[in-house]
Amino acid sequence: MAKQSTAKKTVPQKPVAEVHNAQPAKEKSAAPNLDRLIHERLRLGIISALAANESLTFSDLKNLMNTTDGNLSVHARKLEEAGYISCTKFFEGRLPKTEYKLTAAGRSALENYVSHMESLIKQMRNS
Amino acid sequence: MKPIPLVPKPQTEPPALHDRAMDNLRYIRETMERATAFTGISGFGSIAIGITALLACVIAAQQATFNGWIAVWFAEGLISLLIAGWSMDRKARAIDMPLGSGPGRKAVFSLTPPMIAGGLLTIMLVQAGLTNVIPGVWLLLYGTGVITGGMYSVRVVPIMGICLMALGALALFSPAYSNWFMAAGFGGLHLVFGAIIVRKYGG
Repeated sequence: MAKQSTAKKTVPQKPVAEVHNAQPAKEKSAAPNLDRLIHERLRLGIISALAANESLTFSDLKNLMNTTDGNLSVHARKLEEAGYISCTKFFEGRLPKTEYKLTAAGRSALENYVSHMESLIKQMRNS
Repeated sequence: MKPIPLVPKPQTEPPALHDRAMDNLRYIRETMERATAFTGISGFGSIAIGITALLACVIAAQQATFNGWIAVWFAEGLISLLIAGWSMDRKARAIDMPLGSGPGRKAVFSLTPPMIAGGLLTIMLVQAGLTNVIPGVWLLLYGTGVITGGMYSVRVVPIMGICLMALGALALFSPAYSNWFMAAGFGGLHLVFGAIIVRKYGG
């Protein structure tokens, strides 16, 4: 639970917690155990795009998500801190490149999220 | 007179949550499809098509009759379709998420119309005796398909389509060299752009 210092990390961390209760009270009754970390649109998009590719560079993701540098890097950082994606930096010639990959934890988080949404839909149909 | 009763209408199930869940799933699927189409084109497949096209060029140039020439290219067309289908399927299968199914469909939709147009035009051009414009027409139409199919892909793909169209235009106006333009277009461009995709976009 403790907030990690944002010091440089080389190894992708283990997922801090599967469930991030950023706003515990608000939607708790309707959607318990919702993974807030990937519920956010852009972060969900990053995870989905990476689930469909072995790896994507920062600029690939930026084009795909149609977003700005700042926005993307903030959200990618959040996912990286949770251990959902891993990030490697390297040089191609003189150009610095950042490459993102989905980790096993990230993949299972997405799968959980998808099945969560599916069960929500099923509940509504049955009631 | 009578005060309007402020009774809330009987609440139907709140649609918001349900709709949002559907919307989220749709968003995931669309993003994955977009991201797959992004690099779904197989560079190795393109190189293989380039090699077979160069071979076809050599064999076709040795044919004494026009019928022999067109039969060789027809066979090459079938072979390259098979290579393209197989290599894209392999690249798509590398993703073990059941949601991804977009890239093949996109490629088929963008390439089929110009191919049908090309087939019909070829029949008419043969009947009209205008066989020497056929290579130019093929290159131009294939180029349009690659441009439209490549719009959502990495930038090199539509650039390849533009190069194909340029070669097609040259082939139309200088039919004497049309075999060379075929070799450069269907062979050379596939090799060059295939190599770029392999190097920069992982296979």
